[in-house]
Amino acid sequence: MLKKITTAASVIALFALTACGSGSGGGTATSGDTITMGFAQVGAESGWRTANTKSVQDEAKAAGIDLKFSDAQQKQENQIKAIRTYIQQKVSVIAFSPVVETGWDTVLLEAKRANIPVILTDRAIDSDDTSLYKTFLGSDFVEEGRKAGDWMVANATGPTNVVELQGTTGAAPAIDRKKGFEEKIASKPDIKIVASQTGDFTRSGGKQVMEAFLKSQPKIDVVYAHNDDMGLGAIEAIKAAGKVPGKDIKIITVDAVKDGMTALANGEINFIVECNPLLGKQLMDLAKKVVKGEQVPARVVTEEGTFTQEQAKAALPNRQY
Amino acid sequence: MKNRLLWPLIALAALLVLNLVVTPSFFALRIQDGHLYGGLVDVLKNGAPTLLIALGMTLVIATRGIDLSVGAVAAIAGAVTCVHIGTSGDAGTAFAGMAIALVLCAVLGLWNGFLVAGLGIQPIVATLVLMTAGRGVAMLVTEGQIITVNNDPFRQVGAGFLILPISILISLAVLGLVALATRKTALGMLIEAVGVNPEASRLAGVRSRTIIWTVYVFAAVCAGIAGLMISSNVSAADANNAGLWIEMDAILAVVIGGTSLAGGRYSLTGTLLGALIIQTLTTTVYTIGVAPEVTLVFKAIVVITVCLVQAPKARAALSFRSRKVAVS
Repeated sequence: MLKKITTAASVIALFALTACGSGSGGGTATSGDTITMGFAQVGAESGWRTANTKSVQDEAKAAGIDLKFSDAQQKQENQIKAIRTYIQQKVSVIAFSPVVETGWDTVLLEAKRANIPVILTDRAIDSDDTSLYKTFLGSDFVEEGRKAGDWMVANATGPTNVVELQGTTGAAPAIDRKKGFEEKIASKPDIKIVASQTGDFTRSGGKQVMEAFLKSQPKIDVVYAHNDDMGLGAIEAIKAAGKVPGKDIKIITVDAVKDGMTALANGEINFIVECNPLLGKQLMDLAKKVVKGEQVPARVVTEEGTFTQEQAKAALPNRQY
Repeated sequence: MKNRLLWPLIALAALLVLNLVVTPSFFALRIQDGHLYGGLVDVLKNGAPTLLIALGMTLVIATRGIDLSVGAVAAIAGAVTCVHIGTSGDAGTAFAGMAIALVLCAVLGLWNGFLVAGLGIQPIVATLVLMTAGRGVAMLVTEGQIITVNNDPFRQVGAGFLILPISILISLAVLGLVALATRKTALGMLIEAVGVNPEASRLAGVRSRTIIWTVYVFAAVCAGIAGLMISSNVSAADANNAGLWIEMDAILAVVIGGTSLAGGRYSLTGTLLGALIIQTLTTTVYTIGVAPEVTLVFKAIVVITVCLVQAPKARAALSFRSRKVAVS
């Protein structure tokens, strides 16, 4: 019975789709194959994210893709609502950066039933059913954590106490950057994470947590922040405690946004692992292929590097975000 | 009245003792660069915005209203000021920016007051409009970017010190002014009268509309100053996160302080205690190292406990038992 209803529903949906197609076909020559993309962004919680948003918006315009953009303000329920709206609007493709890793199966199944391909950008989801999305375009967060860990291991002298400022609890970058970092420092028992708290990827969060750490931890040598903004907040807290960030307490962050790079060039941060937000162009190329029904690889990794203080001074003038 | 404040006071003391047991250095105070430095100072500094917003909220709630838009108003204040300051470092620009922001906040308060007192829309719905739209306005002002400023006079509002953090001095000054204005004149009684029965108080000659209008403007200006503190503390305007969910913290502070959401009698001292409890709770989580995954559960348990012991039935049971003990 259920099957019958679903079939009937999809037939109706298909009919509606073709009706739409023929309707717009009568207009200008190009509008018939215009791709509409529904993009559900996490929010604008950091400079990285706004650079990411801008890249998606600019590249969509350049590629002639009609972009429907929504901002979830870091709430999963808002993102689910946005995706449901896109399904109702019958967009050609849905792209989104999941706020957290789990809880997406139901809404993605709805998209699948409506025959709308889904592309994950920047963050992955945790689901056994890999048919729910076509491809995942984004950074390898575990690798980013490993790069940070490598630098830590190479630059540690003697016993080192690390405090960690985690990203939003449950978010993929927070989980993976922690994992990669711990993996690498495990080889050196001298390096210990003595405290770890979430600063929600924000400057105020990073500052408040760091203020508390500075009072509760007798000895802090290194701060490992999961993004630049929390690192920048920590710098403020360290200065207020009468210590010198970058010297008395070393700082490692991930992202490499402009404010972070400036602090790195000024010697207040010691090492930044890059996480490239400019994935708009790759996303539009993938979207075109997916809509045409072409095969795409299940995982596309963005290209990223790392920055020391000297490299930051050289790279800063040409930084786009 | 004293009995009402007893339980919040015990809760605050319990949290502080918990910190003392887990990290004895929590109470350590020293002078750093000419100002006090220590865990307790952090609680005061970071609790200042919540306290200020909770003060405005107390008066709104006393008139049987509620203001959900304070977080969004705080975000707008920070955004407007930082955009106005831009790359400038001089005091004049900073003060002009803050003045513009606060005037704008007063206008937003007038809007809330207009919806509630003028059009008679339910407060929760009326202020929900600005709660959602306001953050959008802040995003428009900053163009979705985090605006970083480098302006020392502006930095003082949220991160500066005059031995104690300037932010808490501002909040306490406002608390003092409100206490004077409402407890030493008839204003406080009039606000309570409007909360108990707006219609009866109007018939008795109280200008209830004007009073309602005034408390919403006051709440918005408080939210504006709090927004300045929040953005000044990190020298950046973050339209998306500044003051996010602070309306909930403020309402909670008011409720923990013993003011009823049904309007009428209110307690400013209670609100002060409530705001301190909420900030101490957050700082406690960081200090004693509660794992981030269980932070919300930990906070929920503390809040539920505080609310439970304040419930009339629980209070009656507790006082009955203590009386029995006293007799025997």
